[in-house]
Order: sequence, then structure tokens, then C-alpha cells
Amino acid sequence: MTGFLVRRVAGALVILLIISAVTFYLFYAIPRDPARAFCGKICQPETLALIRHNLGMDEPLFVQYWHWLTGIVAGRDFVQFGECPAPCLGYSFATQEPVFGAIVDRFPVTLSLTVGASVVILAFGIVTGMIAAWKVGQPLDKIASASSVIGASLQIYFVGPLLAFYLVDTLQLIPRPSYVPITESPVEWFTHLMLPWVVLSIIFTANYTRMTRSQMVEQLAEDYVRTARAKGMSNRTVFFRFAWRGAMIPIVTIFGVDLAVLLGGAIITEQTFSLHGIGELAVRAVQNTDLPMLLGVTIVGATAIVVLNIVVDVLYAFIDPRVRLS
Amino acid sequence: MNETLLELKGLTKHFPVRGGTLIKRQVGAVHAVDGIDLTVSAGETVGLVGESGCGKSTTGRLAARLLEPTSGQILYRGQDISHSSRKQLKPIRPEIQMIFQDPYSSLNPRHTVGTIISGPMEINDINPPGGRQKRVQELLEIVGLNPEHYNRFPHEFSGGQRQRIGIARALALNPKLIIADEPVSALDVSIQAQVVNLLQELQRDLGIAFLFIAHDLAVVRHFSQRVAVMYLGKIVEIGDRESIYERPRHPYTHALLSAVPEPDVSSEPRERIRLAGDVPSPINPPSGCRFRTRCWKAQDKCATEVPPLVRLSGNREGHLTACHFPEAPTTQGEDVVLDPALA
Amino acid sequence: MTTVSWSGEPGTSRGPGPFLSVRDLSVEFSTEDGIVHAVDGLSFDLEKGTTLGIVGESGSGKSVTNLAILGLHDPAHTKISGEIWLEDQELISAGSGTMEKLRGNRIAMIFQDPLTALSPFHTIGRQIGEVYRKHKGASKKEARERAIEMLRRVGIPQPETRVDHYPHEFSGGMRQRAMIAMALVCDPDLLIADEPTTALDVTVQAQILDLLKELQQQFGTAIILITHDLGVVAGTADNVLVMYAGRAAERGTVREVLREPRHPYTWGLLSSMPRLNSPVDVPLKPVRGTPPSLLNPPPGCPFHPRCDYAELAGPELCFTQRPSISPETGHGDACYLTLEQKRDLRTATTEDRA
Ligand SMILES: Nc1ncnc2c1ncn2[C@@H]1O[C@H](COP(=O)(O)OP(=O)(O)OP(=O)(O)O)[C@@H](O)[C@H]1O
Ligand SMILES: Nc1ncnc2c1ncn2[C@@H]1O[C@H](COP(=O)(O)OP(=O)(O)OP(=O)(O)O)[C@@H](O)[C@H]1O
Ligand code: SF4
Ligand code: SF4
Ligand SMILES: [Mg+2]
Ligand SMILES: [Mg+2]
Repeated sequence: MTGFLVRRVAGALVILLIISAVTFYLFYAIPRDPARAFCGKICQPETLALIRHNLGMDEPLFVQYWHWLTGIVAGRDFVQFGECPAPCLGYSFATQEPVFGAIVDRFPVTLSLTVGASVVILAFGIVTGMIAAWKVGQPLDKIASASSVIGASLQIYFVGPLLAFYLVDTLQLIPRPSYVPITESPVEWFTHLMLPWVVLSIIFTANYTRMTRSQMVEQLAEDYVRTARAKGMSNRTVFFRFAWRGAMIPIVTIFGVDLAVLLGGAIITEQTFSLHGIGELAVRAVQNTDLPMLLGVTIVGATAIVVLNIVVDVLYAFIDPRVRLS
Repeated sequence: MNETLLELKGLTKHFPVRGGTLIKRQVGAVHAVDGIDLTVSAGETVGLVGESGCGKSTTGRLAARLLEPTSGQILYRGQDISHSSRKQLKPIRPEIQMIFQDPYSSLNPRHTVGTIISGPMEINDINPPGGRQKRVQELLEIVGLNPEHYNRFPHEFSGGQRQRIGIARALALNPKLIIADEPVSALDVSIQAQVVNLLQELQRDLGIAFLFIAHDLAVVRHFSQRVAVMYLGKIVEIGDRESIYERPRHPYTHALLSAVPEPDVSSEPRERIRLAGDVPSPINPPSGCRFRTRCWKAQDKCATEVPPLVRLSGNREGHLTACHFPEAPTTQGEDVVLDPALA
Repeated sequence: MTTVSWSGEPGTSRGPGPFLSVRDLSVEFSTEDGIVHAVDGLSFDLEKGTTLGIVGESGSGKSVTNLAILGLHDPAHTKISGEIWLEDQELISAGSGTMEKLRGNRIAMIFQDPLTALSPFHTIGRQIGEVYRKHKGASKKEARERAIEMLRRVGIPQPETRVDHYPHEFSGGMRQRAMIAMALVCDPDLLIADEPTTALDVTVQAQILDLLKELQQQFGTAIILITHDLGVVAGTADNVLVMYAGRAAERGTVREVLREPRHPYTWGLLSSMPRLNSPVDVPLKPVRGTPPSLLNPPPGCPFHPRCDYAELAGPELCFTQRPSISPETGHGDACYLTLEQKRDLRTATTEDRA
């Protein structure tokens, strides 16, 4: 287990290093000079050079990358813009703040959104899928399957405003989506995020319903399930103790892959409900060509996906004793 | 003596096992085949028996050069093909063909029988006189299928018929040697007998040599002139059919023979040997004699010295046994029961 | 859907009879291609402490018959008729609650491939123990103790540690031993072993068959041993039932059926098997042709398309009328040939190879 974690983390670091290097190169190779923006209307070449120097932009690309990397562990000093303590992901010239701080501010929003939606997806998807499998061929199964087809064909930017209009504006059942820190009020946090969670999870849930159903049906035809029946186990035991375990394995695997997509969905959801999360940060960074911010968001996003995938692998070994984390 | 077609010399195949904390590195090897010597002459059948995982299929695949040996030599008609390139093998490929166990998965379900059987001719760019289709129809006839089935798909055939298709494919290039890897194991007895008869006919009529891999000792006996018994990657005993079945010397051969269930209720009681446990892992084969963990005659020497495969006194020419303390040459021995549950 | 025809009230006692009695059992599956007549009017009996070997080619209905005894068919796609009596309990008409109490308790089953038949997610000990807990109401601790005891009984070394292992940590032979331990944990009266050794090596097969015999002698279990290998039957069973296309072709004691086989299909089975002492240069004598379709079973004797003697039994008889097994008890077979004809033909087919 320890060996597995060490190896996975080491592997993750290598991957992140490569991603950051490539992104760094791509972004900074764009012929655009952020220093020019600080220089003002009448810009003396000397001032420009000074600003460049202060921003570390007069150095070759790989040296800049090195500074960026070391900044993460040691912090940096952007002379006239101030100190950027470790972990420093650079300084956003557009918003005039350290990138890391900006991301940390927004992070809880996106995290709440993603984790909440994951819970909704897994809980609803698996439960409806199990119901469908339990009642294969019966009306309940058909309803579950049909609704999953409908769900899968919906889009966030369509369902979001629609639900918001009915549930928030017309019926006034739930408050308008916004972010209330969980530390301030868990209840408010919950109620204000309910709608975004539902909207973000709709398309995914449908998929998980379908997968759970087909996996359960497949598992129920397995030899070991027949053995369990031959031992006199009741249908319920067979269903919940035996078949369920086998069905979860592919689902966990797919979920690991879906996490990245889910993060993408979170960005759209944030836009739809004007939540101030990382997605919003990313979109704005693109609009402003705020390269340090964009780089920071990319790296943090990649880190999240990589870490969550390690979690999924550990989970996997937990479900299936045949998988040894060595 | 006929011309020697295939000669395996000290043939070894190790599959690496990887592990390690930070970087995957080789931590061991599956000793699938570990230094075996075997020859197959033109027109003869050599049977290869042994329990699951002892390296029979690996030996077969090495002999067909579908695998490259870790060490040792494979000679085909005197030519060393152990490490020959694809190009160098090209002229030899048609002469060595394989038949596989599973008549279901070894045929492409999306191809017609015609396409499947003419596949080897296409790959090797061979145009028989009269055209490929005619040749395929001939082949179908040889293996006892209706030539009109040319355009059918494998799923329209039963297991035994599919195995015939596999045999027809192997015959397409007039091979001199066929390596048959458990060709009848997946078939029902009556169908199995049909296929064994077919193979025997082919051998008689076309003079094809066979390396016949199976775990059913009675089938191997029926079809092979010489038999090699494998255990954990090594040949423990080899000899002509009569020597192996009537005068076996290796304890493992005795155990195997005594375990064969025979549908006779009248025959005189046979020797009854019940080994304990299963075959050990080929990753860490026991030192010395590999059979010693299950052998009732094992002594200290067996753990330290690898018994050489030699002709024992009393053995016929060509009957070789690898054992320090061989059994008497008879199958009428005493009962040996090592199974803890039965003891 | 289940159609039942019983004599008398369901569940009433039935006078002293055989321990297990299968009467006129038929099992049909509705599939997309049509109705599969997997078992068709099959009857047999089994006494306590004896072993019945059921042999036949793949698809002859061996497994389907035994899954019917356990009531494991999916009722939505299966039509079962006939009667199955386990002492004075009729099983086809029994409710699912009754069957759940019987399964694993009085009737246990061992399957062919122990790797896929054991749950990969639970320890061996738990899989054995849960049967004991379910049927005997034992505590977790008692169940574990019992699991260890059972593992020891089937010859698994160090059962105290092995009990906590998962099936994938066992070798093939040990898994099958664990399956046997699991089947025997409640001391069942009837053990159904569906090809218990087909997936195993010969030396391990011999161990497992010996083990079954040994345990039967100790506990008097009745065993149904399904196999396609007449050799396995010869060494293990008391009685044999040869099945062909879902029907009984021949039945009798092992000695009767193997020494004086009467049905042409049994001859075919015996003559297609090479033996360790049979002559090697003559071809084997397989049954020609291929097994029949169960969607459209041939009319008359289901074996007639592959039988060399259909003409001998009289004109048209084999092609139009279904032979039933006779005599009712003892050594019986379902073939129209006369006993003399059978004796003469058998001598001609089987003995010229021996
Ligand atoms: N590609 C491979 N990589 C690693 N190990 C392998 C590979 N192929 C075979 N082995 C191992 O080598 C050993 C010999 O395998 P092989 O298939 O030759 O046995 P076999 O005698 O044909 O067995 P069986 O009767 O089950 O077919 C086995 O332990 C097998 O697991
Ligand atoms: N659930 C099912 N639905 C449809 N057909 C089935 C079903 N189960 C079995 N059959 C068919 O019933 C026939 C008898 O099958 P069964 O499994 O009893 O054969 P068997 O004698 O056990 O053969 P084997 O030796 O291959 O195990 C086969 O033709 C099979 O295809
Ligand atoms: S060498 Fe020793 S251990 Fe090996 S087979 Fe002979 S007696 Fe047994
Ligand atoms: S009844 Fe007729 S067809 Fe059937 S086995 Fe007897 S002789 Fe052959
Ligand atoms: Mg093999
Ligand atoms: Mg079966």
C-alpha cells in the first residue's frame, strides 16, 4: 500500500511537471507582452525593460519556467508588485493578485460543486440503476431506463436556466444559487448549492443508472451468484451482498475517468449560475489572456484530477481484494 | 530413421515478472520452459503431456517460432531458427502450422470459411493451380466438411466442425509439421474421436509430423508414437509409447497414469497413487528435482541435485528418465496416498 | 410459470419411497429462437448413501435437470413440469421460502469451475460460514470455527490462516476443496456435483473424487455426479444415467451399463473413448454426426439421425415413435431393438476393440 502510494505520487508529480512545462511553453510562446500593459500610454523603452526585468521576462523561457517552478516551493518577489509567498504560482497582472491566492479563494466553490454533484450522481445513479436491475423488464425498470435516456440528452446551459426559472423565480422553492461557505452555515451552503448540484449531475446520473443496471444484470448471471443462490441465500442477500460488489468495480473505474469531464461540467455550471469558482476564474483568464492565471488554473485542475484518480484506485482495491496495490 | 524435422536443444523460455516500489523492474521470471531437448522426425507424432501450466503450450509456440526462446536452440531441418527474423522465417512458416484448442475463439467470426482457410495462402502469397477457391474446397473435403460450405460463417458450425475448419486452415500450405495444442480438449467424446481419427488419417495419408499437446493420456497414447511427459517446465520422462505407458520409471509418470479415470469395472485393480496438493508455481520452482515437493520417494539428494534426463538401465533405447530413485519398470505398484484429507 | 401435476395434496407424505425421486421431469426455455426442450420426460431415483452418475454429451440436459432440483431456473423464461420428491417433499410446487431453506442445507451443489463459482469479493471463511449461519442460526464466531473445521476436513493445510484468504489466493484444487467444504457445511442429505473435476488436472481430479467418496462413506450423503467422462463414473458412482437430448437413454448400475451397455448411444460413448489398454492402430469409433437441436428435436427416437441400427428395429418405428425407457426399474434403456439384437450388436461394436 505504502509502496503503491509512493509510486503513484511520484508518477503524478512527473505527469504534472510535464503538463506544466508544456502549458508554460505554449502560453508563453504567444507573442504578447504583458509588460507592455503596465507601461502606460507613453512608454519609455527603459521602463519597459525594467518592468520586464522585474517580471522576470527578460530571461530565456526555460529560466522563467525554472523560476516559476522554484516559486512554488520557495516563493518569489515581484519587486514593484510585491511579495508572492510560497507556494507561488505566479502573479496575475490582470487582477493584480498572486495566482495562488486567487485560486484558493475560489477553490471551495468548485470543490463543493464537484463533490456534491459526485455524491448526487453516484447516489441517484446507482440507486435507480439497482431498482431497474431488481425489476428487470417491469414498469419500474422501463421508467428508470427511459428517464435515463432523456437525462443523457439534456444540456447544462439549457436545464440550468430552465430549472432556475421555475424553481427559483416562479415557485420560489429554493434560494437563488450562490456560494455560502460551509464554515459559515452548512444549511445555507447546502440549500444554495442544491440547484447547481442537480443541474450538473443530471446528464451524468443518467449514464450511471444505465451502467449500474447493465452491470447488475451481468453480475446476476455470474457463476458465483448462482452459487450463492444454491447455498440458499435469499434474493436480497444475493443482490446486495454478492452482485453489488462486482457491479461497482467498473462503475468506480468509469467514475475515475469521468472526474475530468465533471470538472469541465463544473465550469459551465459556474458560468450558468454566476458562481465565483475556479471555472469563472478560468474563463476570465482566457478573456484577459491572463497567462499566469491560466497556467495556475490548469495546474491546479490537473492536480485535482490526478489526486482524485489515486483516490479512485485506492477505492478500487478496497472493493476488489484481487487488486493488490503493490 | 526418418529425417529429423524439428530439434529443440536446451530450449528455455522465461517470462519476466515485474514489480518494485518506484520503478517497475524485473523481480523474477516464470520458468515456463526450462531447458528441454526434444526431436520430431518427419511423419511421426510426438505427444506432449503434463498438467496445466507445465509449459506445453509454450513449448509448442516456441517450436512454431511464435515465441522467441530465452536461450537454447530450435533447429528446423538442421537450420537454426531460434532467433531468425520474420523475413528469414518466411520460407519456413508454411511448413510448420498450428492448431489451437478453442474452436470458438481461434476462428474470426466475421470471416467466411473460405476466407479463413485461404488466409495462410494469401499471407504467404501462394497461388495453387486451379485457384485458391478450388484448393479450399479440396481442403474442406479432406477434413470431412461439405465444399459448398465455402461461404458460411464459423458460428454456423458445431464445435467439432469448427475444429475441422482450423485443421483445414493448417493444411492449406501443405505443412510438414503440425503443432496441435490440445486440439480435442474442448470437444465432447464422440466429436473428439471424430477429430482424432481425422488427424490420424491425415498423418497416414499425407505423412505430416505432429507435435501433439494434450493432457488426456489415453488420447495421447492413441495418437503418438513417442511421448514426452512434462512437469514444471522440464521433460521428466520421454520414450516410445510402450515404454511410457507400460514401463514408466518416473514417479510422476506413474502418478499421472494411475490418476486416469478408466471406464472399466472389471479390470484388475490398478496401482493407485494420490499426490498431495497442486503443481507448485513456476516462478519459484523447487530446487533440485522439481517434482520433489509431491514425490513420495524424495530424499535429500533430490533437493540438491537436478536429476539428469538419461537412459536408465533396463530402459529401451530412447527412453529417458530424470529421477534419482526411479520406480521399477511396471505399472503394477503399491498404493500411495499422500492426500492429507484421505490419510 | 410452473405446471404441476401431483397425486394427492401438495406436501403430503407419500409413503416410503426412494430418497430422491424425479418423475417425468420436463424443462422448457422460451428463447428468441423458439422453445428449447432441454429436458423431456426424465425420471430417475436416488437412494441415500449412493452416487448416481449422470453422463451425456454437452447440451444433453444434465445441468438443467439438476438446477431444476434446486429450483434455480428463472421462472420467467422456464416451464417446468413433472414431480421431484425429496423424501416427502415435492420440490417443483414448493414455495421459494421452502426452497431457500433446503438449498445449501439439505441439498447442496458443487459447480464445475471453482474460480468463477466462488465470490471473488469475500473470504473463503465467510463464504463457508454464511451458509452455516443462514441455516443453523450460528453466530459469526461459531461459523468461523465451523469453516475452519470444514477446511481441515477437506484437506486444506493450515485451515486457521487459510480461512481468511480470498479464492484467488487458492490454487485450483484447493478452490474445489473449499467449494466442497462449503457444500458440506450443513451436512446435506443430497449433494449435486456438476462436473466437479472438469476444470482440474488429472492428479487433482483423482484427489477430489476420492475425497467425495470418502466423505460420502462418513456421512451417508446421496450424491448426483454429473460428468461427460464415463471413466469418472466408473470409479465413483453406483448407478448411471446416460442422457441424450434431454431424455434418459439408459440407466442401471455402473457394472450393468459399462459391461453390458444396451443403448446404441452408450455403445458410441464407450467406443469413442481411447483407453490406456486399447489397440492404438485402429481408428476410434465415434458416434457419427452431431448432437440434435433442442429447438426442433427429431421425431421418434431422438438418436435416430446418428444411429446405425434404426432400420433394424422395424420399419418407421425409430423415425416416428418416441421410445421410453424400459423396464421401469433396474437396468433399462430407451431403444426398440430386442435384447438379443442389443447383445449381438454390442459384442460386435464394443468388443472388437478391447
Ligand atoms: N506470456 C506469458 N507471460 C507470463 N507467463 C506466461 C506467459 N505465457 C505462459 N505463461 C506461464 O508459463 C507457464 C506455462 O504456460 P503454458 O501455457 O505453456 O502451460 P500449459 O502446459 O500449456 O498449460 P495448460 O495445460 O493450462 O494449457 C504457466 O505458468 C503460464 O502461466
Ligand atoms: N437458460 C436457458 N435458456 C435457454 N436454453 C438453455 C438455458 N439453459 C440451458 N439451455 C439449453 O438447454 C440444453 C441443455 O443444457 P445443459 O446445460 O443442461 O447441458 P449439459 O448436459 O449440462 O451440458 P454441458 O456438458 O455442456 O454442461 C442446452 O442446449 C442449453 O443450450
Ligand atoms: S528425483 Fe527424487 S524427488 Fe525427483 S522424482 Fe526422483 S525420487 Fe522423486
Ligand atoms: S430406438 Fe432406434 S434409433 Fe433409437 S437407438 Fe434404438 S435403434 Fe437407434
Ligand atoms: Mg496450454
Ligand atoms: Mg452442464
